[in-house]
Amino acid sequence: MDVVDGPLLWAIYLTLAVLGLSIAGALLRVLWGPELPDRVVALDLVAYLAMGFLTAYAILAGEDTFIDVALVLGLLAFLGTLAIARYIERVRSGEALVDS
Amino acid sequence: MTNVIAAVLIVGGTLFMFVAAVGLLRLPDLYTRMHAVTKAGTLGVGLVLVAAAVAFGEVSVTARALVALLFVFLTAPVSAHMIGRAGYLGNVRLWEATAFDDWGTGYEELRREGEEPPTEANARVRDAHGPSGPAT
Repeated sequence: MDVVDGPLLWAIYLTLAVLGLSIAGALLRVLWGPELPDRVVALDLVAYLAMGFLTAYAILAGEDTFIDVALVLGLLAFLGTLAIARYIERVRSGEALVDS
Repeated sequence: MTNVIAAVLIVGGTLFMFVAAVGLLRLPDLYTRMHAVTKAGTLGVGLVLVAAAVAFGEVSVTARALVALLFVFLTAPVSAHMIGRAGYLGNVRLWEATAFDDWGTGYEELRREGEEPPTEANARVRDAHGPSGPAT
């Protein structure tokens, strides 16, 4: 793929700027979130935003490997969310105390 | 031409993800935030991935972008369901203006009358901890 120019270039610049701001906002929610599930939801959104960021950067750099990186990031975020959700349920029902 | 289409798609996806971030910051409780993140975030990532597929225009990139898209569409509802369920069972409070709690007192009454099989482990949890949050 050749160098991007014209409207696509500006669209990618806009995307990178807005997604950077959005990641900062989501991290604020990670900081504030009153409960653990709030923080987990915020981290989920951070992973989605990073996927979008990586994909936009893949177009900008003409390097399609970053799309694979975005895929792996989504996989890891899903597994992490699943593990923490199971953990919260087990702690509330008292099972986790038996194991540890 | 493909550049313009990709630009429109990527700007649309960015708008959706920005809306998701604003919703995460502004909405009042865990469940509304979760709905904003999951729906808007999923559609935003999907549009950006489709934009990448259009911009590259190669078969290998398109295939990988579609696989990533399918993966996000499959896993986002699952993880949102899991974390919302864990939050509800973990007694995360509902917003005061919540109009309808499907799993609240009405569910327990139905369960006692035998309308729902009482086999769920969560029913034990909720019995032990009592009803959560403000009354419906």
